[in-house]
Amino acid sequence: MTTPILSARDVRKSYGRGANKFDALKGVSLDIREGESIAIIGKSGSGKSTLMHVLALLDQPTSGTVELAGHDTRSLTGTALNRTRNKTFGFVFQQFFLTANASVLENVMLPLKIAGVGRSERKRRALAALEQLELADKAKNKAVNLSGGQKQRSVIARALVNTPRVIFADEPTGNLDTATGAVVEDILFDLNREHGITLIIVTHDEELAARCDRRVHIRDGLIVDVVEAATATPATATAEERAA
Amino acid sequence: MKSVDLVGSAVGNTFRSKTRTILTILAIFVGAFTLTITNGLGTGINRYIDDTVAAMGADDVMTVTKVAENAADDGDGPREYDPDAIAGAQEGPPGTTSVVAPISSADIDELAGIDGVVRAQPVKSVDADYLVHDGGTKYEIGIGGFVAGMQLQLAAGEQPDAAASDFEVVIPDAYLEDLGFADADAAIGEPVTLAVTDAERTQHELEATIVGVSEASLGTSASAVPNDALNDALFDAQSTGLDASELDSYAQATVWFDPASPADEVTALQDRLTDEGYDSTTVAQQLGTFKAVIDGIVLVLNAFAIIALLAASFGIVNTLLMSVQERTREIGLMKAMGMGSGKVFGLFSLEAVFIGFLGSAIGAGLGILAGTGISSALGGALLADLPGLTLIAFDPVSIAVIIAVVMGVAFLAGTIPAIRAARADPVESLRYE
Ligand SMILES: Nc1ncnc2c1ncn2[C@@H]1O[C@H](COP(=O)(O)OP(=O)(O)O)[C@@H](O)[C@H]1O
Ligand SMILES: [Mg+2]
Repeated sequence: MTTPILSARDVRKSYGRGANKFDALKGVSLDIREGESIAIIGKSGSGKSTLMHVLALLDQPTSGTVELAGHDTRSLTGTALNRTRNKTFGFVFQQFFLTANASVLENVMLPLKIAGVGRSERKRRALAALEQLELADKAKNKAVNLSGGQKQRSVIARALVNTPRVIFADEPTGNLDTATGAVVEDILFDLNREHGITLIIVTHDEELAARCDRRVHIRDGLIVDVVEAATATPATATAEERAA
Repeated sequence: MKSVDLVGSAVGNTFRSKTRTILTILAIFVGAFTLTITNGLGTGINRYIDDTVAAMGADDVMTVTKVAENAADDGDGPREYDPDAIAGAQEGPPGTTSVVAPISSADIDELAGIDGVVRAQPVKSVDADYLVHDGGTKYEIGIGGFVAGMQLQLAAGEQPDAAASDFEVVIPDAYLEDLGFADADAAIGEPVTLAVTDAERTQHELEATIVGVSEASLGTSASAVPNDALNDALFDAQSTGLDASELDSYAQATVWFDPASPADEVTALQDRLTDEGYDSTTVAQQLGTFKAVIDGIVLVLNAFAIIALLAASFGIVNTLLMSVQERTREIGLMKAMGMGSGKVFGLFSLEAVFIGFLGSAIGAGLGILAGTGISSALGGALLADLPGLTLIAFDPVSIAVIIAVVMGVAFLAGTIPAIRAARADPVESLRYE
């Protein structure tokens, strides 16, 4: 069995202290295989986003460990941590988080700019990412002038411009109508299948979750159920495809 | 993130909220503009004083007088009559003696022997009767002393040549018209006659060539300045008929010291001269108090400008705190994408520095324009009697210093919001329901 790309070991996260102490995660253990698509599903306030933030190394667990490709991430600090965040992860948020008055191209180039990629190179790669999402003609438009679906596609372009190994999507279709949401879902699963990018979707939408290889149900900070989809592509197959 | 991109992003972010940024820049502009003008005022006046110092004498000489023996008990009743005493030719500040003892050749030798004195020479002061050109009207005129190294402020021609054996003279521009010259250039090379009367009431006339025309300036009276050859000749003519002891009696002497010596060595030399019974004044001392007053006034004006800048720096804090507030999500996102806290700090403090740069550069630029305009307007009217005075002058170094200081203040103001941005927690910034 290959090393999981991300694995959480008895992760606990509490907010506040004393009488106000609130346990958002109460001991979560989870292995995520490279190349799989996984849904973290549960009601609002169940701790989904908290788990995602811990897995994405944006937040430190109160106790427990998170391993990235077999390495304990507690040893990652400063520049190394920032490099890992920049190179390994891409984010898609429900609320887009695009800089409204900057061009779509500027928005998509941001991760590359942070990575220190040169001007012409990052423009080339950002345009390629926009091309992939059929948004090349909107590159010069201001982000604020796009439709919801175009915004979310720009966000996906931004998430994948730095060729990440994992894309985290927190309620990616929450702000979109059904038809547009379906298009965005197709794009995300295409990326997962054709490029082998590990997809971690946080959602309370059962239909979206059903399209993933695995569904992790979470309630009150605990994993209550893990369901493997019958038609799931084995992760090893995806890895072999990529190697070929 | 590369430094170029960091600077580029900071500059770009500056204009995201144009009205707010422009108002902040305006506040800084007011401070920088004021600072530029007040500073220019100091530069202009002090530069004028420096030029004047050069016109009054070289910087490696001091004027020495001998303290009269009865001078000390100045305030204690009537002064005893001393037939040898000379009424002071030199005005001094209150409290200093105005009656001096004569200086003889022996005293000159003594002076020359004092440690630190390079050379000592008696001041041969000449009292001329009149100046005349080409048989025209005779005009009264004073005779000024000239020491090598002195720089008269000239309207035309050149400085008198101390080494020349020909009689040379520089005349003040106030005499040009009355002597019948069309302008300063027309006077150069023309002959003039100077007359002195000796002890036997005989008048002697000496002819000299005009080599330069001086402009009136602060501290110099409208007097003709001869070169050494002419001054000696006038003095000899004036001294005709005096007996030997009267001849060997001067009111003042000039003492040269090493021009490279620092101020404390000059002071030490002056102390030694005092011990030997001599009063001494350097040219710088004659104008020193005046300069101190100007510096004081400029300091007060600068303080006002700096208060304006401080007020403006609160504007920077406010503007940037608002941006940090508005851009919380963006900052969180950039951090989630792996931007380090140091870079986030850099992004916001560079933005502050850039705002400071814009305000100060525009302020200094317009300050220079306005100052130059005011100077030339006043120079033609109110200050026409002080040729050579540029009321508000600018030197590139102090302008650069002003811009740098304002950028420094802006940086300091920017640290508060920049630290807040750098500390922002990506998870908190990105959380939503
Ligand atoms: N900074 C915080 N301080 C206190 N409680 C928090 C904080 N962040 C999240 N929580 C709580 O933790 C729980 C889980 O939150 P979250 O992971 O965002 O839930 P979900 O994404 O599943 O809706 C919620 O009850 C929320 O109120
Ligand atoms: Mg959530």
